[in-house]
Amino acid sequence: MADILVVVEHQEGAFRKTTLSTISAAKVLAGLIGGEVDALVLGQGVRSVADTVAAHGVRGVLLGEGEVFARYLAVSYAPVVAQLVNEKGYGAVLAPASTFGKDFMPRLSGLLDAPLASDIVGFAKEGNSLRVQRPMYAGNAVATVELVGSPLLFTVRQTAFDPAPKADAKAPVTPVSVTADPGGTTFVGREETRSERPELTDARVVVSAGRGIKSPENFKLVEQLADLFQAAIGASRAAVDAGWAPNDWQVGQTGKIVAPELYFALGISGAIQHLAGMKDSKVIVAINKDEEAPIFQVADYGLVADLFKAVPDLIAELKKLKSA
Amino acid sequence: MKILVAIKPVPNPDERVKIRKDGSGVVLDNIKMVINPFCEIAVEEALRIREKRGGEVVILTIGPKESEQQVRTALAMGADRAILVETTKELDSLGVAKLMAKAVEQEKPDFVIMGKQAVDDDNNQVGQILAAILSQPQATFGSKIEFSEDGKKANVTREVDGGLETIGVTLPAVITTDLRLNEPRYASLPGIMKAKKKEMKVIPADSLGVDASLKVRVLFLAPPKERAGGRKVADVAELVDKLKNEAKVL
Ligand SMILES: Cc1cc2nc3c(=O)[nH]c(=O)nc-3n(C[C@@H](O)[C@H](O)[C@H](O)COP(=O)(O)OP(=O)(O)OC[C@H]3O[C@@H](n4cnc5c(N)ncnc54)[C@H](O)[C@@H]3O)c2cc1C
Ligand SMILES: Cc1cc2nc3c(=O)[nH]c(=O)nc-3n(C[C@H](O)[C@H](O)[C@H](O)COP(=O)(O)OP(=O)(O)OC[C@H]3O[C@@H](n4cnc5c(N)ncnc54)[C@H](O)[C@@H]3O)c2cc1C
Repeated sequence: MADILVVVEHQEGAFRKTTLSTISAAKVLAGLIGGEVDALVLGQGVRSVADTVAAHGVRGVLLGEGEVFARYLAVSYAPVVAQLVNEKGYGAVLAPASTFGKDFMPRLSGLLDAPLASDIVGFAKEGNSLRVQRPMYAGNAVATVELVGSPLLFTVRQTAFDPAPKADAKAPVTPVSVTADPGGTTFVGREETRSERPELTDARVVVSAGRGIKSPENFKLVEQLADLFQAAIGASRAAVDAGWAPNDWQVGQTGKIVAPELYFALGISGAIQHLAGMKDSKVIVAINKDEEAPIFQVADYGLVADLFKAVPDLIAELKKLKSA
Repeated sequence: MKILVAIKPVPNPDERVKIRKDGSGVVLDNIKMVINPFCEIAVEEALRIREKRGGEVVILTIGPKESEQQVRTALAMGADRAILVETTKELDSLGVAKLMAKAVEQEKPDFVIMGKQAVDDDNNQVGQILAAILSQPQATFGSKIEFSEDGKKANVTREVDGGLETIGVTLPAVITTDLRLNEPRYASLPGIMKAKKKEMKVIPADSLGVDASLKVRVLFLAPPKERAGGRKVADVAELVDKLKNEAKVL
């Protein structure tokens, strides 16, 4: 059987855990269609990323380094992956459904004229053919799709697959000689949202706020609650549009998909697009002063209250509990 | 500048769609079709660029004749003319992008702008595939677009995980839009009147010589797992008690 390639995500040398769920998905796929799972790391000075990946149960890691890969660009990534697919005959390529995978994987699909299923949440087999599940309509439908052609391309929803655990053996890291010509594309700059908190998509607890929080200053309240859990902070589109929260805090259909153990929705009405990003959380708590707010339909524990009264009370109660 | 804007009609995103009993699709009766919100943002951006730098805004859509309605809305917002590549066949993202590429080759715009994702199928693919087929630079998830004085280059700020990133692309290129790029205008009444007279060229998809056979086949749809939500607590004390003793997450 043809082998499977996972394209590793990192932020200029900082490994991102999105890759670990993608490795798990690749292994599920290998279990169904056969083949071994390799990983590809592209970058500059990213040996440590390759070593990390090598410890998570892949057969081998391909390491392509060069000045041209120092900054991620879809125009340089896609042709290199296409070249490796052609040389080594990979039958499937997977990448995380993050803004990284969503950017270069469709370009790869265009270069190879190969089918891409986006944001997949599951694989199955029926007879000899592979079936792939992916959400559509803001998560209100799960589509079962079939891919025709080769290689099969997938971007993987991180919350749908557990991260690949550390393996006993370490896979070999093999340098590959690759280069790219970004042509008319240049990297200009990056504005990082600085945060000491865990990433939204990895956090055990997420505290999100919406228009009901009313001002950027009031996010302090959100932070205080989040601090008690080492939680990540999220936001509705309304809060991001208002400029109260950075864009990459947006949870929802067109933002980040999260599924923490505990999700707090504070002053969020629960629009379809927001629910699409958080309704797979294990436990959902909603605090909203409008008892008709749709968020209560998905909440395990709904509290109809003014958040400016309820959240400080909640913080106080939790602190009491902690010190008890 | 000549700007080509690709738009897709989608069911009104504020309504919750129902899946047909046989799973073959969603029930679209009584649901209003609208321009995909991200495409609306693309139309708005194109209009603003034209207002600043002059030029022409051309709308492109691939699909059945009924798409004309949403195309007219884009014309009413202020676009100059439109192209409808007509087909009733099912298409996947590759098929859509291949047909688009033909239209782009005919029109030779300075750049193509479109939504990052259609909010019905949620693929987030077409712009990037098109850029690959045309061998052009791509700038996805744009929240700010700035052109060099000579209009040959654009700096696009992109909404990415971890923050914002800016890349420079030489034109022609494909740009896709994110939510924070702008707030689209409404079509004015005079705009709607004018739109009726604007040119809309209909090109039969079959005439373009493209093999758009399906490579991603949607077999059926099923509803997602329902959550058993809806329980209320009386006060903060009960909430904390439930989180500790029932959900055991504290
Ligand atoms: C009856 C029916 C059957 C279908 N069957 C299948 C199927 O079997 N397999 C499958 O993959 N899909 C199927 N589709 C959906 C398919 O046509 C999608 O529209 C296509 O795959 C593009 O994906 P997307 O809309 O999610 O694009 P995205 O990549 O999410 O869209 C990005 C942007 O591309 C542009 N764009 C997308 N489509 C068009 C268009 N038609 N015209 C102009 N601009 C456009 C828009 O600007 C949009 O914002 C079916 C649709 C219908 C109505
Ligand atoms: C194309 C598109 C994509 C989108 N993508 C996303 C997405 O990814 N994520 C997303 O979140 N949204 C998205 N949206 C927007 C979505 O439709 C909603 O508009 C948005 O989620 C609303 O945010 P909100 O709940 O904060 O605001 P609102 O709907 O205004 O709700 C505010 C809530 O706060 C409550 N409140 C007010 N004051 C208090 C108080 N003192 N105490 C307690 N409660 C209070 C109110 O009762 C109300 O329920 C998208 C929309 C479109 C069209």
